[in-house]
Amino acid sequence: MSRIQKAFERLNGEGRKALIPFITAGDPSADLTVPLMHALVEAGADVIELGVPFSDPMADGPTIQRASERALARGMTLRKVLQLVTTFRTVDDKTPVVLMGYANPIEAMGLQRFAEKAAQSGVDGVLVVDYPPEEAESFGTAMKAQGMDPIFLIAPTSSAERIAQVAQIASGYVYYVSLAGVTGSGALNVNAVAERLPAIRQKTGLPVGVGFGIRDAATAKRIAVFADAVVVGSRIIEEIEKSTAETACANVKALVADIRRGVDEVKK
Amino acid sequence: MSTTPYTFPDAKGHFGPYGGVFVAETLFGALDELKAAYAAAQADPAFHAEYEYELKHFVGRPSPIYHAKRWSDLLGGAQIYLKREDLNHTGAHKVNNCIGQAMLAKRMGKPRVIAETGAGQHGVATATVAARYGMECVVYMGSEDVKRQAANVYRMKLLGAKVVPVESGSKTLKDALNEAMRDWVTNIHNTFYIIGTVAGPHPYPMLVRDFQKIIGEECLTQMPEMAGRQPDAVIAAVGGGSNAMGIFYPYINVEGVRLIGVEAAGSGIETGKHAASLTAGVPGVLHGNRTYLLQDKDGQIIETHSVSAGLDYPGVGPEHAWLKDIGRAEYQPITDAEALEAFHNLCRLEGIIPALESSHALAYAAKLAPTLGKDKILLVNLSGRGDKDMHTVAEKSGIQF
Repeated sequence: MSRIQKAFERLNGEGRKALIPFITAGDPSADLTVPLMHALVEAGADVIELGVPFSDPMADGPTIQRASERALARGMTLRKVLQLVTTFRTVDDKTPVVLMGYANPIEAMGLQRFAEKAAQSGVDGVLVVDYPPEEAESFGTAMKAQGMDPIFLIAPTSSAERIAQVAQIASGYVYYVSLAGVTGSGALNVNAVAERLPAIRQKTGLPVGVGFGIRDAATAKRIAVFADAVVVGSRIIEEIEKSTAETACANVKALVADIRRGVDEVKK
Repeated sequence: MSTTPYTFPDAKGHFGPYGGVFVAETLFGALDELKAAYAAAQADPAFHAEYEYELKHFVGRPSPIYHAKRWSDLLGGAQIYLKREDLNHTGAHKVNNCIGQAMLAKRMGKPRVIAETGAGQHGVATATVAARYGMECVVYMGSEDVKRQAANVYRMKLLGAKVVPVESGSKTLKDALNEAMRDWVTNIHNTFYIIGTVAGPHPYPMLVRDFQKIIGEECLTQMPEMAGRQPDAVIAAVGGGSNAMGIFYPYINVEGVRLIGVEAAGSGIETGKHAASLTAGVPGVLHGNRTYLLQDKDGQIIETHSVSAGLDYPGVGPEHAWLKDIGRAEYQPITDAEALEAFHNLCRLEGIIPALESSHALAYAAKLAPTLGKDKILLVNLSGRGDKDMHTVAEKSGIQF
């Protein structure tokens, strides 16, 4: 059983919902990434989404773009991201790590080589934003062959047909993008998200994570009522931006712990 | 070459391994809607009739073909003919595509159009057509380009468009494209994205090619009238590649016609300061399609360099990648210096001021012509006029206005 599957089964047993925070590897520096990952776990993260920086992050809003630019300016690469995961695994063998990024750095490394190295590093799942299911056949196969979960997005505009297509290739969990927009947007309509979930659950038994636009404990709680996992990204990056190297871990930990409390107010 | 007719892209938008739909799930609804609207329009004679009417009366088509006789004589070899896209309304081939896409937007009930632009030509063409159709228009332009192309920025504003400077990344064309995509995904309900070149996710590379193929179709008729036969080679500059696809496409199945795309070699391929993705790039995924890209060993897209802002792009349309791989087209690099020399020669010898983009194609023709007999014929796509490049050329010549 994969780490991701184990995490969701444990939460299910405890009657709790998952919290999935996102940070960009190498932001603000490579040295701080692993300490930040541990801080996320201490604050109650169930899965960590680790962003792989890319020069042209088309689906991201300004906050995550800036994080990517900071990380790239300091020399972060996909190979170094995998080294960071290896370092994280020397201390934490339990918390699932999902890489989130774009296709080109993976293709530059070579899909097979990436899959092998990622699995060796202790990566559990990979979400490639610009690999929709129709372009992801070899990606899905390569991930699964190495025991990793290919994670896919579902959008408010996805038809029932497309949701079924995602369900066929995805494993681990699916990620429902809660609004039509880029990461970090402000216009989240919780009721609209709630109405869409049954259509997704009809097509897949995988846990459904919801993200894009979740910024505080109150919203996280409202989403956790019907979602299996709450994903928070841009708000955490903003906290890192506001912090110094000395205060980043403590500030992020406090923020994520607060969101955790919101999520935990929901009992199954 | 195989004798089976060329039928790319396939139903999923692939040109062999290239093209496709590499976008986030959030864009699929809009792309499906666009595919359906385009298929319906293609099947509707009224759509074709309106497109033809607009091209004739608003753009001024057909554009003529001109025999550059003095220049050919001086070069002493093949005869050079120019397809005069520079004579179109707005001064370049870009408008052919903007009209087609704006007509689609109108059919789809989208009152707002957005576009990305580098040098500003596609932005000006989009702003022009938006004014013509009474649509709201927002153009994304890298803040570096906004500074370099002040006249075109003002032109777009005169036409009623809003120009948004993009501050992210390298602050140039590719970043403007990223930002336009972000706008589109956020405002999908009322917005149509008019992509300016044969790149982006399917169906854009096919759709833009189809709206530009009028260039080559006219040539197929005009060349026998002008020169008594089809040319031995068709030459066009390639940045994203829309003017080249427009003139190449109708010639793909015409035997014996060489197709030559000319890329921007900037300061020289060996210097690393260029924009020649087919000559020096490797396949990868950017802006919704798989194609040749200029990237570092870690898969990050690198900055490009060319005297011509319109060729300053790290990728290339996927159909060019495929034509290169199957050997139907060849791609040659031309440096800034070579393009500038051709620019000046055309000005002085033929009384035509060409765009710097088109000057790359002219420069390759000038290289090739002397190696061929006087009975050979080269057809160059003169994709735009050079008025917009006055400042750049003056600066290169050490002249200040």
